[in-house]
Amino acid sequence: MFELRDLYQQVIVDHNKSPRNFGKLENYNHEADGYNPLCGDRLHVYLNVNSDGLIEAVSFEGEGCAISVASASLMTEAVKGTPLSEFSAKFDMFQHMVTADLEEVPDEEVLGKLAVLSGVREFPSRIKCAVLCWHTLKSAVTDSDEVAKTE
Amino acid sequence: MMFDIEKVRADFPVLDQQLYGKPLVYLDNAATTQKPQCVIDAISHYYEADNANVHRGVHTLSERATAGYEGARKIIAGFFNARCEREVIFTRGATEAINLVASSWGGANVRAGDEVLITHMEHHSNIVPWQMLCEHVGATLKVVPINAQGELIMEAFEELLSERTRLVGVVHMSNALGTINPISTIIEKAHAVGAKVLVDGAQAAAHVAVDVQALDVDFYVTSAHKMYGPTGIGVLIAKESILKTMPPYQGGGDMIRVVTFDKTEFNDLPYKFEAGTPHISGAIGFGRAIEYIQSIGFDAIEKREKELLAYATAKAEVFDGLRQIGTAREKACVLSFVLDGVHPHDLGTILDREAVAIRAGHHCAMPVMDFFKVPATARASFSLYNTEAEVDALFAALKKAQEIFA
Ligand SMILES: Cc1ncc(COP(=O)(O)O)c(C=O)c1O
Repeated sequence: MFELRDLYQQVIVDHNKSPRNFGKLENYNHEADGYNPLCGDRLHVYLNVNSDGLIEAVSFEGEGCAISVASASLMTEAVKGTPLSEFSAKFDMFQHMVTADLEEVPDEEVLGKLAVLSGVREFPSRIKCAVLCWHTLKSAVTDSDEVAKTE
Repeated sequence: MMFDIEKVRADFPVLDQQLYGKPLVYLDNAATTQKPQCVIDAISHYYEADNANVHRGVHTLSERATAGYEGARKIIAGFFNARCEREVIFTRGATEAINLVASSWGGANVRAGDEVLITHMEHHSNIVPWQMLCEHVGATLKVVPINAQGELIMEAFEELLSERTRLVGVVHMSNALGTINPISTIIEKAHAVGAKVLVDGAQAAAHVAVDVQALDVDFYVTSAHKMYGPTGIGVLIAKESILKTMPPYQGGGDMIRVVTFDKTEFNDLPYKFEAGTPHISGAIGFGRAIEYIQSIGFDAIEKREKELLAYATAKAEVFDGLRQIGTAREKACVLSFVLDGVHPHDLGTILDREAVAIRAGHHCAMPVMDFFKVPATARASFSLYNTEAEVDALFAALKKAQEIFA
């Protein structure tokens, strides 16, 4: 049986307790708000893309459950220093991982640390928590003024 | 009647199951209660034996369906001590009942410059319809503040009340905090300035006895599904003298007497407010649920639920890192709380895997969350079939959650 520890792996607990890239960036050229009205999770992401199209810095602020905070923290680590042009593919890859069939084994080679979040598939009501930050970052990337939601 | 917990539990088939290999502990009664076998049977029986439309046929089934539907109205009128059955309007639930009053009574009686007074602890369903009405007619919505225990500040209520107040909307028992409000005093003071009062009894009606005549309440609303009855049905109980003056809420079949293209003559009460084919099986199930409550009796119910809340509260008070949200002197059945280092939403998931069902979220009372500066709370809500052992299971599961996040 799927155990709680598969969802709340140590990595997630740890990122929840001490989220990476937390707080407002001093210099940023993109930002967006995300809100999950069902749980009251609120996120704000800041993004600094340099002239070479590289995500030079990324951070987030806000409050939410362990899944949403850890996911945001892991996301910032995963995209920091990568070309903005690759974001869309990363977004799709993450979205796929958390909604894929349970039998599908997440490709850790490609997903890296993000794979620890594949456990949310077992908890349909919690998938939203994991993807909120990705939707918010997408809004920031596209400079959307709308508050990101997960639906 | 003696309260026999084992017998009561046996009345609710859903309770007898395991989740993840552990016995189900259902502590989300404020969201909806479980249904006793007699209610399930009454609904099945209606569909198996009596199904027909009401008030429309002369055939036997239609007469049976009508008798069942109107019989339920009678049971409900008796339960709330309404003056007569014409004061009992079936709706889809508390929400629709409030919308009916806001739209029909409010539309005809609230004008620009008037005030509608609600409280800080209302469910969204007793906020938004009034907001919409006020916006529409140019009236002002005022809010009675609450204190740190989650009680209404009555001095502030009296100050906010004025000749401009047309209606006071107040929740009888808060779903987010458990607070039981002094509605009798509120009604008296509101009437003194000429305001009408709507009491939202969605939470209260299954837990405390309500006598609409003794209270002299103008509008009392509730939902069957929080009273061991089915979803999709509820009531508005209102003074006939007021209902008579109110325009219809929706138009259609059943609510009319004569229709021509020039003019429609509306039906008598209560049908004037029941357009269209109603939720017949729902009403029948609702009536049966009320008979179930009556068979146990509020003396036994209140005593038992007080005992259980006291047991849970004592545990909560000594639980490390737990902060209760809502500690009113007068409260019932609800233990709302936050736990240091564990978000309510994570608690909800972790407790679920221990087969403990609670609600985590804002409980449709976002202003309450704002007041207590929390994004959400975890809420265990009790009912007459819950046991001390289930409270123990709740706290054991909370310990487990703390361990996961340690
Ligand atoms: C205090 C209170 N009022 C109103 C409602 C709305 O009830 P319903 O959704 O059944 O219309 C609820 C239900 O959550 C409630 O707890």
